[in-house]
Amino acid sequence: MRGFTLTILGFDFMNKKMTSTEFAQVLKTLSLDYRLCGPKLYPGQGAFSDTDLAGYGEITALDQLYLDGKTYFSPKECIFPIRETLFYFRGDEPVPPAVDLRPMIIFLRPCDINGIKRLDTIFLKNGDEQDYYYARRRNAVKFFLLECREGFDSCFCVSMKANKTDDYACALRFEPDSVSINIKDPEFNAAFDEGKDIHPFLEFVKENRTKVTVPDLAATATEEVFQHELWQEYTSRCIACGRCNTSCITCSCFTMQDVKYDRNGELSERRRVWAGCHVDGFTDMAGGHSFRKKNGDRMRFKTMHKINDFYRRFGKHMCVGCGRCDDVCPEYISFSACINKLERIVKELPHEN
Amino acid sequence: MKTNPYLPQPLKVLSVTPQTAIDWTFRLAADFTPGYGQFLELSLPGLGEAPISISDFGDGWLDLTIRKVGRVTDAVFNLQPGDMIYARGPYGKGFDPEHYMDNNLLVVAGGTGLAPVKSLISYFNSNRHEIQGFDLILGFKSPADILFHNEIEAWRTDADVILTVDNGVKEWNGNTGVVTKYIDSFDFRSGVTNAIVVGPPLMMKFSTLSLLERGIPEERITVSFERKMSCGIGKCGHCKIDETYVCLEGPVFNYAKAKKLLD
Repeated sequence: MRGFTLTILGFDFMNKKMTSTEFAQVLKTLSLDYRLCGPKLYPGQGAFSDTDLAGYGEITALDQLYLDGKTYFSPKECIFPIRETLFYFRGDEPVPPAVDLRPMIIFLRPCDINGIKRLDTIFLKNGDEQDYYYARRRNAVKFFLLECREGFDSCFCVSMKANKTDDYACALRFEPDSVSINIKDPEFNAAFDEGKDIHPFLEFVKENRTKVTVPDLAATATEEVFQHELWQEYTSRCIACGRCNTSCITCSCFTMQDVKYDRNGELSERRRVWAGCHVDGFTDMAGGHSFRKKNGDRMRFKTMHKINDFYRRFGKHMCVGCGRCDDVCPEYISFSACINKLERIVKELPHEN
Repeated sequence: MKTNPYLPQPLKVLSVTPQTAIDWTFRLAADFTPGYGQFLELSLPGLGEAPISISDFGDGWLDLTIRKVGRVTDAVFNLQPGDMIYARGPYGKGFDPEHYMDNNLLVVAGGTGLAPVKSLISYFNSNRHEIQGFDLILGFKSPADILFHNEIEAWRTDADVILTVDNGVKEWNGNTGVVTKYIDSFDFRSGVTNAIVVGPPLMMKFSTLSLLERGIPEERITVSFERKMSCGIGKCGHCKIDETYVCLEGPVFNYAKAKKLLD
């Protein structure tokens, strides 16, 4: 009995509904073949005493999924760890470590799926070489979309056209006692077979409380805008802590780091660690030269990367409007406000011709 | 299994030639032929990686002229012939000799900036007929900082060389002053002149301005950028300027493009 199916391009999209208890059982079964990675609470690890930190990590059961708020960190660490060993030097041979490459299901919202597509662009499509370490983890990933109809206060995914996606294996709607599942990847048909057939249900955020207007690409990439006093505000406010970089789903920068394990240097490790364009040292070169010494220049650099440069290179904005940078900034700098300010400034500049 | 671009290969040190107290040339055995002005990610296990431009190359070898200024390069200076060093690459877009053929070539280099352009100078020195006039303006801080003494003397047979130091000392009888002084007074040859500018950021900025003032069109000027390339393959983000990745589209750029790169 196939029930209601929606056929697009020859694929049957099944829609099922089951009780939360049944869904929990399905997850338990899936966890035998898949690692499950989702939003969860880390008790007591919040910024203030007796508060929890919402982040991404491995889960083993449905009740560990945190669905009530936005995570402080993005799901990027599931496939692009904060530090990743590239290889160990044992004697004179570099040996990459074996990592857990069992298939992984990541539970995430549409903005974050779109964010991971941006990471794909950098790691897999920029330049001739694919990033071996990113690719091997990424290839093992299936997305379980968490339906997001409302968003949160600082979200501006609709403005960034990142509120929708069809790149998922399954999409989930959680209701108090039930879960609706839209199954796109036939690999999961059997897992949800027990569910009741339902009509298509999946929705996306239609409007955010926060809205941005991205300024015109060509009019923004000018010397005048680069030198604009707008950026000085950020020189005085930004403290270069890099929280906006580390919480961002699309920030992909890293730095190589070697670690020596013994005095003779016979056993050592090369790893890469996350790096951020706001943080001191990002552009330092041996011999003392560096670029963008002022924090305002770094804010300008990041802003241009997220809503201008990336688009001109790849045809899409890097920023997906998840709003995490606004949530985590200790100086209450709002990226969405910055985009809007920039747009007003660019519009008011006298146009050539 | 896909190839892993981060794995370095061991290269044997063939010889070590001090140029100055802190700039030494390491000749490595290499079974690949780089382009002019490309770079390697050089590394020592447990210490780190650093992008180093290839200063020259030949059949089975390449030269890296390295300044002792950091954790990795400090350790490189302890290497002896026969020791192994690790490298991956070569990376980046370098100088294309074709671009300069049949016209005059003026190279303006400051300090260690001579290293990335040296292989191209050597090329035209050996293939002198491919270009018309051949001029070099080479600037260093002081006589003690001059790199490639022997090569510079050898180039004089085929090129007109202006060698200058910022700060003269008693024993120095040559030119003094920054390279822009010699661009401003340069006696340009008739015909089309291509210029190459490589050196520290400020030197490049003012040398380029001087060349433009002297009537060299933007698209006839080539520059080579120095940035912190951590990966060399367009992933790590350190060398990005605007929508450009210096490790992929550079480090060698036509000035018409380079002038738009605002950090």
